[in-house]
Amino acid sequence: MKSVLPIVTVVLAALAIWYVAAVLLNTPLQRDAFANAGRTDYSTQDFIVASLNMERPKLPGPHQVAAEMWKSIVVIAPTSKRSLVYHGLITLEETLIGFIIGAALGIGLAVVIVSVGWLDRSLTPWLVASQTVPIIALAPMIVVILNQFDITGIAPKAAIAAYLSFFPITVGMVKGFRAPDPLQLDLMRTYSASASQTFMKLRAPASASYFFASMKIGAAAALVGAIVAEVTKSEDGGLGARLLAGSYYGQTVQIWAALFAAAALSAALVGVIGFAGRIAERRMGFVR
Amino acid sequence: MDTASMTRPAAEGGSAPNEPVIEVSDVSLRFDTRDGPVHALAHVNLKVARGEFVSFIGPSGCGKTTLLRAVADLETPTEGDIRVEGMSTEEARLKRRYGYVFQAPALYPWRTVARNIALPLEIMGFSKAEREERVRKGLELVNLEGFGAKFPWQLSGGMQQRASIARALSFDPDILLMDEPFGALDEIVRDMLNQQLLRLWEVTGKTVLFVTHSIPEAVFLSTHIVVMSPRPGRITDVITCDFPRDRQLEIRETPEFLAIANRVRHGLRAGHSYDA
Repeated sequence: MKSVLPIVTVVLAALAIWYVAAVLLNTPLQRDAFANAGRTDYSTQDFIVASLNMERPKLPGPHQVAAEMWKSIVVIAPTSKRSLVYHGLITLEETLIGFIIGAALGIGLAVVIVSVGWLDRSLTPWLVASQTVPIIALAPMIVVILNQFDITGIAPKAAIAAYLSFFPITVGMVKGFRAPDPLQLDLMRTYSASASQTFMKLRAPASASYFFASMKIGAAAALVGAIVAEVTKSEDGGLGARLLAGSYYGQTVQIWAALFAAAALSAALVGVIGFAGRIAERRMGFVR
Repeated sequence: MDTASMTRPAAEGGSAPNEPVIEVSDVSLRFDTRDGPVHALAHVNLKVARGEFVSFIGPSGCGKTTLLRAVADLETPTEGDIRVEGMSTEEARLKRRYGYVFQAPALYPWRTVARNIALPLEIMGFSKAEREERVRKGLELVNLEGFGAKFPWQLSGGMQQRASIARALSFDPDILLMDEPFGALDEIVRDMLNQQLLRLWEVTGKTVLFVTHSIPEAVFLSTHIVVMSPRPGRITDVITCDFPRDRQLEIRETPEFLAIANRVRHGLRAGHSYDA
């Protein structure tokens, strides 16, 4: 129970800052709106209430975003293209497929790098280079190129999600596979264990905590990749498409709602991985 | 100095009649570091007979750990030759002839004590039934019955080191190599473990190579004490220590014990005087 109070405090503080920022940012717009309507006899209270309930505010109030999310998640049927559930599921599917591919690729690369000494120096610069290319520039090209081979729909977006998620997983797992100390490795040598035995009985279990940390970062990165990819091809739907549509039509409330949906999705993915990690750590005796 | 006569290069270590289990011939080992070469071992000769308990004592940097690691094929001598049961060190390692106990217990934290002891057995392909039987015997041997299901962090340092000894003995190697296994433990725990180790040695009849920097520990445990000195690491004296095998802690008060301890101390001092 002790942990509830700080959490509530932070949330309330964030909401307060948000409300103040919303009023400040919307003030010029609202002043114009009142001027255009010929209203001059408004009180400060009227003004604040109005500025927090605009149809297209610069920054919507939290309650507007909450209302929009309620409407587009609960009220509107999930089959509708105006439902955030509909778009969220598309994004989730791309993210999960991309994440699974990225995790497999990332772990595979880490295994190769740790097992084959010279690959570290010859392969790692390329991996780093692959991540220095801005994904926003690369994503449309990947979509166009894959389209050339009739690969459309979810696949190109999953590919971009995988592209973003494999790297942190590779880096984390290389570190994890190298976590055993020299003594633990010497021990394996005194048993004349094979390389694969050393890997399975020492390197792999020693990397457990790195594994779950890498998976969390990788999953969040996959979601970012999926959303960026959706922006480049918005007719297929997804939270990224929703963001783009919102910004086309100045629907800031819709943008914020989609944004929060994406954040919630990401938090849920990370949460599930964290939960799995805690179970694994308990089984491995790391929880005291 | 009157100690000069004692600092003879050791040509023979074991005096038992049977052929040596370990034979170190003119071994030198040099590490090339950034600050230039370090002569960890220079022209070391040693023979250890079956069933001996040989301690290596000397100040840090005298190469005692390096010598043990070279016997275990964890380091490769720059010159000279080491034979273990007539084989090269690599062959002996591949044939799993020795168990190694490190300074730290080096238990794998994600394995229970029982599964740590079973680790070498898993690697060496023992059947599940055989593994369970050997783990049970191992826990009994080091007085850890009932602790098999615990994780290493739930054990004291002394218990962890006992578990690591059980692990080293689980696959029944002929030779036990121990690198300051009790260095990090307090005196009382150490005394207790020394007694247990002696009993274990008596029961199993293993050949033990034991690195330490405690004089009483070396004298109490060993059949032979190899005194080493640093820069370059070399053997300066080999002292025979022929107390009965079932010795008790009380022998440490006897004049014979103190005489041997004194000789070791003199040997160590002589080694140090080379540096000055």
